[in-house]
Amino acid sequence: MSVSAMSRWLHSARLGVGEHYRIIQANTLSRIGFRVIVVFLLVSLFAPWIAPHEPWEMLYDSEGKLASLRPPSLEFPLGTTHLGYDLFSQLVLAARTTLVIGAVSGTISIVIGANIGLIAGYYGGKVDEILMRLTDILYGMPFLPFIIVLIALFGRKIEFVILAIVLIIWRTSARVIRAQTISIKQRQFIVAARARGASDLRIIYRHILPNVLPLLLLYAAFNIAWSIITEASASFLGFGDGETISWGGMLYELWLSGKTRVAWWWFAAPSVCIVLLVTSLVFVSRAYEEVANPRLRKR
Amino acid sequence: MALVELKHLTKHFEVRPGLVDRTLRNKPSRYIKAVERLNIDVQENEILGIAGESGCGKSTTCMMIAGLLPPTSGEIRYRGQNLGTADAAALKMHRRNVQMIFQDPYESLNPRFRIADIVAEGPRALKLWPESEISERVIAMLAGVGLNPGKYAERFPHELSGGERQRVGIASAMVMEPEMIIADEPLSMLDVSIRAGILDLFRELQDQRGFSSVYVSHDLSILGNVADRLMIMYLGQAMEVGPVEQVIRSPQHPYTRALIGAVAIPDPRVKRPIPKISGDISRPIDPPPGCRFAPRCPYADDSCGHTFLELDTSDPGRHQAACHRLHVLPDEGL
Amino acid sequence: MSDTINIAEPVLEVKDLGVRYETSQGMVHAVSGVTFDVGKNEVFGIAGESGCGKSTLIRALLRLLPDNADSTADRMRYLGMDLFAMSDADFREKILWQEISLVPQSAMNSLNPVYRVGDQVIEAIRAHRSISKVEAAERVAELFDVVGLQSDLMQSFPHEFSGGMRQRAMIAMSLALDPGLIVMDEPTTGLDVLVQERILRRIREIRAEISSSIILITHDIAVIAELSDRIAIMYGGQFMEQASAIELFDNPSHPYTLGLKNAFPSIQNLGNELISIPGSPPTISGPISCCPFEPRCPFHIEQCAISLPQPLDCGNGHEVRCFRGDEAEQLRPLAADKNTWRSLN
Repeated sequence: MSVSAMSRWLHSARLGVGEHYRIIQANTLSRIGFRVIVVFLLVSLFAPWIAPHEPWEMLYDSEGKLASLRPPSLEFPLGTTHLGYDLFSQLVLAARTTLVIGAVSGTISIVIGANIGLIAGYYGGKVDEILMRLTDILYGMPFLPFIIVLIALFGRKIEFVILAIVLIIWRTSARVIRAQTISIKQRQFIVAARARGASDLRIIYRHILPNVLPLLLLYAAFNIAWSIITEASASFLGFGDGETISWGGMLYELWLSGKTRVAWWWFAAPSVCIVLLVTSLVFVSRAYEEVANPRLRKR
Repeated sequence: MALVELKHLTKHFEVRPGLVDRTLRNKPSRYIKAVERLNIDVQENEILGIAGESGCGKSTTCMMIAGLLPPTSGEIRYRGQNLGTADAAALKMHRRNVQMIFQDPYESLNPRFRIADIVAEGPRALKLWPESEISERVIAMLAGVGLNPGKYAERFPHELSGGERQRVGIASAMVMEPEMIIADEPLSMLDVSIRAGILDLFRELQDQRGFSSVYVSHDLSILGNVADRLMIMYLGQAMEVGPVEQVIRSPQHPYTRALIGAVAIPDPRVKRPIPKISGDISRPIDPPPGCRFAPRCPYADDSCGHTFLELDTSDPGRHQAACHRLHVLPDEGL
Repeated sequence: MSDTINIAEPVLEVKDLGVRYETSQGMVHAVSGVTFDVGKNEVFGIAGESGCGKSTLIRALLRLLPDNADSTADRMRYLGMDLFAMSDADFREKILWQEISLVPQSAMNSLNPVYRVGDQVIEAIRAHRSISKVEAAERVAELFDVVGLQSDLMQSFPHEFSGGMRQRAMIAMSLALDPGLIVMDEPTTGLDVLVQERILRRIREIRAEISSSIILITHDIAVIAELSDRIAIMYGGQFMEQASAIELFDNPSHPYTLGLKNAFPSIQNLGNELISIPGSPPTISGPISCCPFEPRCPFHIEQCAISLPQPLDCGNGHEVRCFRGDEAEQLRPLAADKNTWRSLN
């Protein structure tokens, strides 16, 4: 596709930064949410420079004793684990893992889901049936056993975590986008496009997709949020990536240590972060919901 | 040779019963027989009006002529070539030659496209010209429909009024220089004071460019004003066809007479006669054979339910009605 | 339909009605300065295109305005009763449906699809009158007969009715409580020609049987001409011209009326050239301080853009809101010429 065609698509998709900024700023909650997300983004970007220690570095206090299970103090702002690891460093480095996995899984799943939804919705018939049966099969697939099998077969690697999450998460967005595609397909401007000679693919990507975009972005944000929670759950149960620290992983180590009831600071930090990030993403996605469904807007 | 010839054009939509009815109770499908053995010839430079009430099949016929809906049976010939057997290149050519103008100015434009992109869509999709030439033509076309390109090209549909949007619709059809325009009730959703302007534009463009048109409307007053020939349809069948003045001033078919008698007149003094037909329009689902107007016709006899006269539309000057009971009708009125 | 309607005892008196909406874009004056009377057994037609304010006018009459609307009037009386002074509860109990009823636009979609049509009318009646279900059913059968529907259709569901039948059902519902005034909003829009003809004929026949007055609102000039005794032409929230139907068609005086006449095709005069009015109907925002038609008027003078013309009496019950209302004789032939309107572009 030529440059001018691409720019025209962007125009019709109205993916200008200004437009997005406007959408997010329109709503108080999404404004706050957006700022929180930005903070997390910055933290994860500069994590190696912010974190004072390594995540699994046993630390000793000034007296040479293992700094085990210390509550938050000046030296260790979020306290330490039972093995003397600095929780603040862990948290900051884990932020990076969580965001990366969340963003990657969320993006891949929405791309897959959107395309499947568009194609199933537009073509209908056999194509639709096959794709929807596929989606249904995956709906029936329980997440946990699935990821257990994957990890057992291939080991605790980040790629498989992402794969497992993507395979589960794309299904809802596929259904929703398929539904909206079907309704847009009937509209007269699509018939007009066919009359002007547009091919099927052109209609799907040039005519329908820009109209589905608000809904798509809404689900993109949702998908990222879901991915984060899913990854945290998997890690918490011990099925996350073995090499890198994540918030869920921090909770896993807490649980393994048996010190859950004692070390409240160990529990609080990652949990609060998960809740905060996911809630912020939901708030931001609500702003897109108002664009996708104009009836939600205030008069 | 006519520009477009439709021979025995038929369109049936299958209505399948639910899964249970189909498998357990062996219920057969029912058919909506939207268009039945329609013959239409459109000459070059001719505006053929098609009038009829809802369910008469006029919109379905439009879609079939434009190649947007495949017929169940029958032939569509364009300049003698049968579209059913045409190859991809010929179909692409057909797309360019036959364009459509739509009814709803609020729905027929993609809300995410700028006006210039809407008008340019046809040439781009069919790759008719290089991009720079497309831009020039789009600008010229916008001016040609009375929209100042500088003012309108970058706008979005929701910023335009109904009349302006309809002009955009006309521009996007005309920019491809089609030989035939199918107009599906382009005025019915516009305000009265705007309609005449759009109609004027249509006539002006027709004078300049000499395209043919199939103009569909339920409004006989407008058809009387714009069409050369008029065809009356009822439940998928052609009831009458002929030069427009003749069909309106001296209608032959009982249905046409009722229709024309029923049109409201904007003059408080005129009293219209009471039409003699009864009942309501039925839906064209599993209709009886023969003339579909027979159940409501005050002059029908037994054979009307079995046989139906197919009209021959090849002679544009000929006025005919699909009725073999004409000799029983009074000279005028119903 | 007669030329002499007794307006000595009007059923409805409206003087200087105005409605404003508060929107995020400011105050919109949807209706202003509307004054008219409806006599007993009269059909008063209001003709106007989209955006002229007719929907707002109807809602103001029936107290169906949304919260952000504010209506004012010098006088709005029904059979002498001051409608403005009434409380909401009183209006709902005593006036709405019982004295003033409505056949809404797209009445075809106003029926609840899961209830039988007859039951819906019965419920509507019993909501206002304490009569038994049997009595109500009898009444509904009567009403169906009046509008030309067979009484066994009471058992049908709305989707089994055609558009025309649903419309007739809504008319039946509007007649149920013997109202003194029925407001019909675009009663035949969207219906086929033959169905429309039947409904118009039915309405004419009903007039002979009942004593209700009718306010008929539509953009279809032909429908208004066929049914109305008196007609008002509405534009930009105001009545531009008001007269008996025959007087209005014989001697149209307002430039907008002249423009409409040109733009409306008639099946009787096929050769007529249709002339459109350039520009488009206004969206009214801010208080009206000048003539709303001025931008599209080929006969405007300086004054038209500065101040608002008050209704001018032309005699014979004929009023025009135009500074040049008394020049109508000279303006009519000019209006019939296409070039007069073209020159505006």
